[in-house]
Amino acid sequence: MIILLGRSLRHVLRSPDTIVTTAITPIAMMLLFVYVLGGAIRAGDGAYVDYLLPGILIVTVASGISYTAYRLFLDLRSGIFDRFQSMPIARSAVLWAHVLTSVVANLVSLVVVVLVAVVLGFRSSAGVPAWLAVAGILIFFTCALTWLAVLPGLTARTIDGASAFAYPLVFLPFVSSAFVPTGTMPGPVRAFAENQPVTSIVDTLRNLFAGQPAGSGIWTALAWCGGILIVAYVLATVAYRRRI
Amino acid sequence: MMAGMSASAAAIEVRGVRKSFREVRVLRGVDLEVARGSIVALLGSNGAGKTTLVRILSTLLRADEGTVRVNGFDVRTQGGDVRRSISLTGQFAAVDEILTGRENIVMMARLRRLKNPGRIADQLLRRFSLADAGGRRAGAYSGGMRRRLDIAMSLAGDPPVIFLDEPTTGLDPEGRLEVWQAIRELAAAGTTVLFTTQYLNEAEQLADRIAILHDGTIIVTGTLDELKRLRPAAKTLEDVFLDLVGGRR
Repeated sequence: MIILLGRSLRHVLRSPDTIVTTAITPIAMMLLFVYVLGGAIRAGDGAYVDYLLPGILIVTVASGISYTAYRLFLDLRSGIFDRFQSMPIARSAVLWAHVLTSVVANLVSLVVVVLVAVVLGFRSSAGVPAWLAVAGILIFFTCALTWLAVLPGLTARTIDGASAFAYPLVFLPFVSSAFVPTGTMPGPVRAFAENQPVTSIVDTLRNLFAGQPAGSGIWTALAWCGGILIVAYVLATVAYRRRI
Repeated sequence: MMAGMSASAAAIEVRGVRKSFREVRVLRGVDLEVARGSIVALLGSNGAGKTTLVRILSTLLRADEGTVRVNGFDVRTQGGDVRRSISLTGQFAAVDEILTGRENIVMMARLRRLKNPGRIADQLLRRFSLADAGGRRAGAYSGGMRRRLDIAMSLAGDPPVIFLDEPTTGLDPEGRLEVWQAIRELAAAGTTVLFTTQYLNEAEQLADRIAILHDGTIIVTGTLDELKRLRPAAKTLEDVFLDLVGGRR
């Protein structure tokens, strides 16, 4: 699996545009929100970029994972997937290599986005343990969403279909506490926003960045990630077995 | 252990294999035997089920019924052993376009846990006249070069049985000759080769034995001479083929 991981990491290295495009949309959104919309948004006392960053990181992951579906789809269509499957290697290794590649590539994109945020004035009082917790949650979240991306990668019939599924994921943060507090949303929207995975993850990250205790939300966040991971993994495995 | 278990049996044994996709019965009882070290052509028109059979042989697909043994191992219960014994070159040259030719072969050698993957790659590149192109990305190769790289990748680790699914489809005449030469060298080295083709002259040129797959069964197998004797009026394999296939319709 390490060999296959090396292979797909090399793909990422040789097309660094995938990291750039993954990072560029969230960075553009960050600029838009900080300099255009942010002034009119009342979201607590601190700088708006501090409030905004966790949501932007979620958007980064959501746009980054679509490359997994894309790469997996290309592997299937080119026949190289079959070639690996007919070799004496663990069959799950092919999928895991793609998932881990996604985690690594997304981490790089996330670091880029955080650095840009620092330039825009993002400051965090979080210590090393809190940063590690942030990294842990984001990795867990990336892993879960990537398994979700494996599904269209395995089943899509066209390249567009393979990557289109990410769009709703990118917009999920908008109906959450990611950009504005949920307090001003009308009832049903607010109910949705407060009970969807992004809100619990964003709130947890925000607390960690602010140097506060993560709060009970962290368990909700972890439960969401774990739940998505399990369901996506099972579905991906079923889709995968169907091919044989 | 592998050699001991497999020494007596044929390299490939197919008995009564059936496979349907929903309502479509693609294979309707296929029997086929391939002797060790021989080249067998699986000849059939488009949609005859050649690829389906190759996918079953290489454990990518499960048969609904029947038994298949490759290198003495049951594809159903000993998939891992089968995969250690074979190499599949699929219908589309399955090379990694982003990696260089050399990196492609090195990757295969490492996946098979061979020692000295770099040396193996250099040897194979030379053997398939790709030494000069080894450092370039495979995506920039011509069709013939891709196919040769594809076959070279299959040879890393010298698997005793090789499946080639339509190895020359889509190649220009020059590329086709290159691939033919590669296949002949394989057999000279003692490898068992099963290849599929829709070109009669390809079967004529390369194969020790020819099996014609039609309507989901092998309607005839034999050497070129045996097939010609089967239909004395026929002068070429083409006549035999059309005669047999046409006669069934």
